[in-house]
Amino acid sequence: MIGIQASEANARTRGTRRFRPDPWAAGALLITAIVALPVLTVLGAAFFPTENIWPHLWETVLPGYILATLELMAGVAAGTILIGVSAAWLVTTCDFPGRRIFEWALVLPLAMPAYVVAYVYTDILEFAGPVQALLRDIFGWRTVQDYWFPEIRSLGGAIVVMTMTLYPYVYLLTRSAFLEQSSGVGEAARTLGCSPWAAFRRVSLPMARPSIVVGVALVLMETLNDFGTVDFFAVQTLTTGMFNVWLVMNNTGGGAQIAVVMLVFVIFLLVAERAARRKRGYHDTSTRPRLPVRFELRGGRKALALLVCAIPILIGFVIPAGLLTSYAIEFYDVSLNNRFPQAAFNSILLAALAAAIAVMIGLFLAYAVRLRKSTLLRNLARFASLGYAVPGAVLAIGILFPFGAFDNAVDSFMRGAFGISTGLILSGTIIAILFAYVVRFLALAYGTLEAGLGRVTPHMDDAARTLKHGPAQALIKVNLPIIRGSMMTAGILIFVDCMKELPATLLLRPFNFDTLATYVYQFASDELLEECALGALTIVAAGIIPVILLTRVMGRNRPDQELSVV
Amino acid sequence: MKYRLLAAIALIVAPMATTTAASAAEVNIYSYRQDVLVRPLFDAFTKETGVKVNVVFARKGLIKRLQAEGRNSPADLVFTVDIARLSDIVNAGLSQPVKTATLEKSVPAEYRDENGMWYGLTLRARMIYTSKERVGKGQITSYEQLADPKWRGKVCTRKGDHAYNIALLAAYIGHYGEAKATDWLRGVKANLARKPQGNDRAQVKAIMEGVCDIAVGNHYYMALMLKNDKQKPWAASANLVFPTLAGKGTHMNVSGVMMTKYAPNKANALKLMEFLTSKKAQGIYANVNNEYPIDPNVKASPLLESWGKFPRDGIALDTIAKNRAAALKIVNTVGYNDGPVSN
Repeated sequence: MIGIQASEANARTRGTRRFRPDPWAAGALLITAIVALPVLTVLGAAFFPTENIWPHLWETVLPGYILATLELMAGVAAGTILIGVSAAWLVTTCDFPGRRIFEWALVLPLAMPAYVVAYVYTDILEFAGPVQALLRDIFGWRTVQDYWFPEIRSLGGAIVVMTMTLYPYVYLLTRSAFLEQSSGVGEAARTLGCSPWAAFRRVSLPMARPSIVVGVALVLMETLNDFGTVDFFAVQTLTTGMFNVWLVMNNTGGGAQIAVVMLVFVIFLLVAERAARRKRGYHDTSTRPRLPVRFELRGGRKALALLVCAIPILIGFVIPAGLLTSYAIEFYDVSLNNRFPQAAFNSILLAALAAAIAVMIGLFLAYAVRLRKSTLLRNLARFASLGYAVPGAVLAIGILFPFGAFDNAVDSFMRGAFGISTGLILSGTIIAILFAYVVRFLALAYGTLEAGLGRVTPHMDDAARTLKHGPAQALIKVNLPIIRGSMMTAGILIFVDCMKELPATLLLRPFNFDTLATYVYQFASDELLEECALGALTIVAAGIIPVILLTRVMGRNRPDQELSVV
Repeated sequence: MKYRLLAAIALIVAPMATTTAASAAEVNIYSYRQDVLVRPLFDAFTKETGVKVNVVFARKGLIKRLQAEGRNSPADLVFTVDIARLSDIVNAGLSQPVKTATLEKSVPAEYRDENGMWYGLTLRARMIYTSKERVGKGQITSYEQLADPKWRGKVCTRKGDHAYNIALLAAYIGHYGEAKATDWLRGVKANLARKPQGNDRAQVKAIMEGVCDIAVGNHYYMALMLKNDKQKPWAASANLVFPTLAGKGTHMNVSGVMMTKYAPNKANALKLMEFLTSKKAQGIYANVNNEYPIDPNVKASPLLESWGKFPRDGIALDTIAKNRAAALKIVNTVGYNDGPVSN
């Protein structure tokens, strides 16, 4: 529920109207009902367990899961804020060599699936890996008992890996907030005797805080739904606990109950995010921001700025991509079989379709909410976006049951009425996968477009209406051209995320069907990094081009292009 | 132009969107087992019979999919490892009984359901790996000894709630009861060298690294490590022990196959089941995966043969499946996954 300021301001000043049905509201209701189905299915399972193991869980492992989850979230939040905000501030307000390259290169780790980065660093940093081997050679150590080395498979390791792959969300949002700030504000602070650091701390940072919170909320939702990294690093979070109870032990009720605990976390995040945004009153949007005057760094500060920007790119992208490339070259014959090109094609097609559909639905919802100004509708739209924080495999199960029920109902009806069996219409088709992607990532589309539309003044709509345009025409002729940038941003983010999506794809896919992610997984799940390198690298490559596009879109510094989640 | 784009998308998507239902020469499989492991068998089957084999592989949740799809599920057969999962599917009412003389002749009674709900295809032994350097032969010969205080800080295993460990603990419960099993697992936990992590192979690697002296792992990982250049040194650092449980023998689990309740391609599915228990397919299984053939008349791979014969723990597989829930509770109660130091 991360959208951006102006829409709310409008809603408040114009008052909240009572809900009246019309095609837009009815459509929005229908969409939210369908999209909320998977989450509702999971909730339903939690409250009607067949064997209630809640007391047992609560007495044994659950407190530990909650604690580990909190520690992980706190660590990742701190890490992503530290890296994301400082890098964003440096590239927008300072001048130093390579700044223009850093500006887009800082986003690259977004294309890296976190679980792949986890494998890569385990390979590099474990006992048998090159780093420890080198240390042993230099110091003459032999066994583990001879020296201490940090254990990569740990909570700390998980925090580092997730920070390095997720900080771009905070970076992107904060950077666009800094770009939006009229440089006059910063300059005024400087003339009042503030050092650049004080101007940052006392003016720029507080003004950017809502965007930072939005970014961190995104990061934390991704942290909550991650399974691959925490499982690999043996960190006992709510997600790993839920998987074991639900899918290994086949206790649906218990698994769903842990899922509910996770949803409580999410709702808390969303509320916190809302609260942070309500204080956006001091956001100055009255004038078009001028290009900021950049502060030139010299000497030690220049070196420090270079380090701050280079290290995250190095750890989050260059090193993993480099290792994957060397493996891909060495093992291309193992990985490059006839299934590979088909998998790449499937991935790109599905991701592109899902991005297009999600953006269209997100736009419809955001516009309907704008038209109706109904609080009920807005809250429903946000509820529909909860799918973003649900682990993929759980979401997939939440899809299997309603789809199965629908297919079987249609089949029974057709058998009864016409004597024809229609079989499964939706289950086990790519429609199910597309649905999963849309449910999962609609939050990105809705939030971004709600924010984009929020920055279009309602006078524009009114003007269009005086020209006898209906709501649909007003949307197409007036709003769309203005929020094109937001649509691009949303579409690209969703595309990149879909390329990486694994658990839902795995469980919902048709027979003999692979995407790059499932293709990589069959090797990666055996911890055979070499064999999966080529596929992983292709996911990254397919993600990079859109990521670079994204930064270019956002770099144009148009105030309508802020990224957000519902 | 817009419509042309839509038409193009529809053309690409439509063929992908159709579900495979019953048709003359195919059989549909939901497999918990990796594609690479079962593919050679399916290829041999298709070559012999002309029946096409379609597969969905996923490691988690396929039971739910079968359940959700109900009467119209296209799946004919389910492939899985672990007796507990086989009985989950039976208990959920998603399987149908199959009985033929061929199947019953190849698969010994203890490795199939008495009503024909499932048939074992291969056997896997849960072994103890010991350091060649640091553990003398004969120093550990039973699972019970994993809890012996003399191995404090010397034992590595994967997570306690992994299906392989749960099955072993369930067998332990079957022999000794829950109270003793809890004590035993507490003892093993106290002996752990580190927090449980990684797969079975990672435990053997830890022996090579000197992190621990004793690890628990399935037998075929030894064969897999010997085949992989990078992993050969791991295998070389360890000896294999066929441990006993309650003085009986080594804990065994099955991989198996079952026919779904609503299988649309029943005849082909049966053909594949019989093929998989045939001498030919059992031979492929033995040599590709290095698992023990279910048919006692088929030889294991040369490597496995070289390890010699060993006694098996004869506890009924049903008992293992039945004790699974209790086993998971014990793992949680003991806090096994927290590692040796627990709060």
